[in-house]
Amino acid sequence: MFNEAASLKTKSLEVWRGGLCLFEGLDFTLESGQVAIVSGANGCGKTTLLRILSGMNQAAGGYVTWRGEKIHRLNAESQAEIAYQGHLDGLKKEFTVLENLRFYQAMSNQKKPLESLLEELRLGPYQNRQVRYLSAGQRRRAALGCMRVKTAKLWLLDEPLTNLDTKGASLISSWISEHAKSGGIAVVATHQRESLIQTATIEIEL
Amino acid sequence: MDIFILILLRDLRLSFRRWNELAMPLLFFIIIASLFPLASSPEISQLRDYGGAVIWISALLSSLLALDGLFRVDAQDGSMEQLILSPTPLGVIVLAKIIAHWIVSGVPLVIASPLLALSFYLPLEALPVFILAIALATPILSVLAAIGAALTVSLRGGGALIGLLMLPMMVPVLIFGTWATDAAVQGENPIGALLLLASLAILSISLGPLAAAGAVKVAME
Repeated sequence: MFNEAASLKTKSLEVWRGGLCLFEGLDFTLESGQVAIVSGANGCGKTTLLRILSGMNQAAGGYVTWRGEKIHRLNAESQAEIAYQGHLDGLKKEFTVLENLRFYQAMSNQKKPLESLLEELRLGPYQNRQVRYLSAGQRRRAALGCMRVKTAKLWLLDEPLTNLDTKGASLISSWISEHAKSGGIAVVATHQRESLIQTATIEIEL
Repeated sequence: MDIFILILLRDLRLSFRRWNELAMPLLFFIIIASLFPLASSPEISQLRDYGGAVIWISALLSSLLALDGLFRVDAQDGSMEQLILSPTPLGVIVLAKIIAHWIVSGVPLVIASPLLALSFYLPLEALPVFILAIALATPILSVLAAIGAALTVSLRGGGALIGLLMLPMMVPVLIFGTWATDAAVQGENPIGALLLLASLAILSISLGPLAAAGAVKVAME
């Protein structure tokens, strides 16, 4: 099915933004079951790094590979293994929580029942409510639920804990450990390093 | 193919949940067209002379009004990132969005245009050609709208810029559309103009989505 085992590699990555070099010569390799926590001050390039890892942005120098293929030239099969969750929720506010989840589920050809996921996210009572009536934390949970239903192998999470309460934060941290245990890979950029550090295999400090 | 239908249905459902925005282009179309008899003379012979041109210009302007939200809303709420990173080629997704856009903004124009044509006293026998011309032109306008919307998706005040950018590109549609309408009104053969419109429609539907997809990808970086 795939030529190479699941691994995310960067080779001498160099990132510029607005005429400023944020970092250069970034090399790391993540194998199945490994989690990288990306930390650093505001504006140090965490978001840019994650967008480059997803293939949406191009690096000024160096490259990123997934299963040995360049990240922005993946075939559909490998592309489907990647889930990215950025600062924006990606939810349609005219749709209900359930409709949003169903949409992303259908986009990745999944058909599992959603009750247990909704319960885990404590969104059960709100599942038929339009997203525009939800609080910021509830939206965040719904967005992370949408990321979860894709059953991707590689998670790229940019500040997943923003707006989450302690229960939500520990849920996400347990998701990440679970994901790693089942052979997944995750790169998580965060300011709440303490909440997630126990899940990390390596730490990237920009 | 499944994903194509999924996106198409999603966009249609979203449009119907924002139905107040949905009705806007159609109302705009009818209002611009009905301003002309007020500003100029309402005599039948004159209405018939400029009626075709007025309806075509109104169609062009109202299609500009509808296009701003095509990609902007998706870009602002983050759905566009998810669509770009989905395994489905972005061109297919954009084509589905364009068709959804045409169904909610183009088809109402096609349905309303014979009514407007009759109120401008265009002869009944010219109507089939006129409706066909509008039906061929609205998909072209939707594709052009999509390219304009894609180019300006990351700009804050993109709306006005789209007008400046896209109106010149819509000129061929205007020329061939009014040519077909005039020919039909005067009882001449409109087939040449209709064929040109049809070929423009095919060209834009086949290449436009790829151009728009490329522009969206660059804009989202």
